[in-house]
Amino acid sequence: MAQDNAIQAPEVVSESDELIARSIEQEYRWGFVTDIEADAAPKGLNEEIIRFISAKKNEPEFLLNFRLNSFAHWQTLEEPQWPHVHYAPIDFQEIIYYSAPKQKEKLTSLDEVDPEILETYEKLGIPLQEQKMLAGVAVDAVFDSVSVATTFKETLKDAGVIFGSFSEAVHEYPELIEKYLGSVVPYRDNFYASLNSAVFSDGSFCYIPKGVRCPMELSTYFRINAAETGQFERTLIIADEGAQVSYLEGCTAPVRDENQLHAAVVELVAHKDAQIKYSTVQNWYPGNKEGKGGIYNFVTKRGRADESAKISWTQVETGSAITWKYPSVILRGDNAVGEFYSVALTNNHQQADTGTKMVHLGRNTRSTIISKGISAGQGQNSYRGLVRVAPGATNARNYSQCDSMLIGDKCGAHTFPHIEVAGPTGQVEHEATTSKIGEDQLFYLRQRGLSEEDAASMLINGFCKEVFRELPMEFAVEARKLLGISLEGNVG
Amino acid sequence: MLEVKDLHAEVDCTPILKGVNLSVRPGEVHAIMGPNGSGKSTLAQVLAGHESFKVTGGSVAFDGKDLLTLAPEERAREGVFLAFQYPVEIPGVSNTYLLKAAVNAIRKHRNEDELDAIDFLKMFKSSMKLLDLDESLINRPVNEGFSGGEKKRNEVFQMMVLNPKLAILDEADSGLDIDAVKIVAKGVAQFRNDNNAVVIVTHYQRLLDYIEPDFVHVLYDGRIVRSGVKDLALELEEHGYDWLKNSDA
Ligand SMILES: Nc1ncnc2c1ncn2[C@@H]1O[C@H](COP(=O)(O)OP(=O)(O)OP(=O)(O)O)[C@@H](O)[C@H]1O
Ligand SMILES: [Mg+2]
Repeated sequence: MAQDNAIQAPEVVSESDELIARSIEQEYRWGFVTDIEADAAPKGLNEEIIRFISAKKNEPEFLLNFRLNSFAHWQTLEEPQWPHVHYAPIDFQEIIYYSAPKQKEKLTSLDEVDPEILETYEKLGIPLQEQKMLAGVAVDAVFDSVSVATTFKETLKDAGVIFGSFSEAVHEYPELIEKYLGSVVPYRDNFYASLNSAVFSDGSFCYIPKGVRCPMELSTYFRINAAETGQFERTLIIADEGAQVSYLEGCTAPVRDENQLHAAVVELVAHKDAQIKYSTVQNWYPGNKEGKGGIYNFVTKRGRADESAKISWTQVETGSAITWKYPSVILRGDNAVGEFYSVALTNNHQQADTGTKMVHLGRNTRSTIISKGISAGQGQNSYRGLVRVAPGATNARNYSQCDSMLIGDKCGAHTFPHIEVAGPTGQVEHEATTSKIGEDQLFYLRQRGLSEEDAASMLINGFCKEVFRELPMEFAVEARKLLGISLEGNVG
Repeated sequence: MLEVKDLHAEVDCTPILKGVNLSVRPGEVHAIMGPNGSGKSTLAQVLAGHESFKVTGGSVAFDGKDLLTLAPEERAREGVFLAFQYPVEIPGVSNTYLLKAAVNAIRKHRNEDELDAIDFLKMFKSSMKLLDLDESLINRPVNEGFSGGEKKRNEVFQMMVLNPKLAILDEADSGLDIDAVKIVAKGVAQFRNDNNAVVIVTHYQRLLDYIEPDFVHVLYDGRIVRSGVKDLALELEEHGYDWLKNSDA
């Protein structure tokens, strides 16, 4: 059963609208371009390009075949039309599929990373130099198509944790890659996953051995720099039996007039009793206030949870012109747990169609979905979720809560919950609310001495609290700031 | 301290306040009474700067400043506090978090240093005790799921913490049980001093038994039709507003 509970804000013009109009002026602060020489493939996509990428990376045969199979399959597919988003058709021959900053063949230490690149990450608040590194967080920095640096590699190695760029892992641990690549998101999965499987250039790889609790947070920071370049990264995280890991992902891109495509695939494997917590703060360039430019973020994220394993997705989505993303969990083993906590903000002309899929296969599996959508300006925010309880999944339980907040009267919120329950013992609960940011609430806070902006950000933070508390500390702070900036002056 | 002159205000083109005059000096307590719908809350909200009400005439001076040109938060920082008749719920935002932000916003305005968590705790403790509010209530989201009486006591608590120059209490006593009325009165008594002033909107003599007003005003159809000392409240209690209507009309 599917339903579109579309709620458009009522056509009432109020004080807040003027403020909204004013605020939308707010600018994207991560929009600079790094001037760096890049090694790029020619525009367009064909078998030659795929062989070029694979050769550049000196890949083993199994990987080239994976790419070629994916490409062959992709050619039979058509772009999906079902999401509640609107954009001009993408010309896939106008995109550059590989761009790497020119640097020495193999880096042995961070000192060899191009200073321009290090500076870029500093500006973004992600220092990579050892002395300035974020305490307790290991960072893998992906610049355009390739991983440029990974911090704390040695510390992790001592714990038995493998963490670094995908390309390196292909050479160092080919058997792990061959075993797990495409095991959760097969290359046939969907249009963008197929495309990614054919052309992905780099990303992060992580393996936590049996019984190991990863000693620090792992983090990948994605940066698109080059023009007309698509970013197709691939992340693969494997937590072996009883292992635990918390993984953070952040993203930004320069301001450019044309739209840029980002089509990533993230695969998580949580073996028996393992736990993976995956947190994202997505802040790709959203386009300007007229809706020009911005990243198209079409991402496939999925985790497989074996017996008594737990996978938890937390995301704060404030960027991208269009977001199309449904982090999912396949609850394969008995007693497995899946969680999805999401805040999605759309401002100006941003569109987001995001949600999750929880597929209950094992017995006594449980899932929780908490989704908070905030729409401002002309933003359109859709929640799309699927909860499926398979016939064998006795006593499966799901709780879903989807709350939408509207700021102003030109935006919209939509929810598309799909629920499929086979068998009599599944319990699925779905709650949805929509509220408009209240003039009376704002007045109450201002009467206590808070500025209009602080009052609004307090209300929004309150609205998102259940999600923010799932984020690791440093990320929660960043997320709050980001939300504040993205809505600056937008409410009143 | 507060000088309201011939204040006119309307909502959606309907005049509500039709020429209110009110003068409040430091150290005074004023009670404003009057029938339902006469404009008491409107007056309170207009003084606090609610944008739904349009001021169409008159003036309001506060400590010599033109209050009507200030934004609500600026008025609050200058020392105007309104305890709401219907306090709104703020989901996900704890009372303490709001109060810390408010105290620091006000301190910043006065060029004072921000307070840290320990200072706050000290600041909260005595008022919490006086108002018989327990810790869990203070840490819960603002007004969410509070009982009617808890909401009112919480408003008075916020007043005590923020320590304004002028506190306007809009029916801080309605819906309170007998003990709670005493508690609220205790809070107000503790708050009062020679430098601040209190305007109490109420329907009942009860609260005024504990907080003796210097002046009592009757607001009727958007105007103050009668002002007097505390005995006026007793007379109203006895005769109701018809008595006024008959004697004044
Ligand atoms: N936002 C509004 N929109 C329309 N009418 C309003 C609004 N606010 C107040 N009014 C009207 O203004 C009049 C005065 O209301 P107000 O709340 O000031 O009365 P009050 O004296 O506080 O009454 P009570 O004793 O019942 O609290 C009422 O007729 C009320 O319906
Ligand atoms: Mg009232």
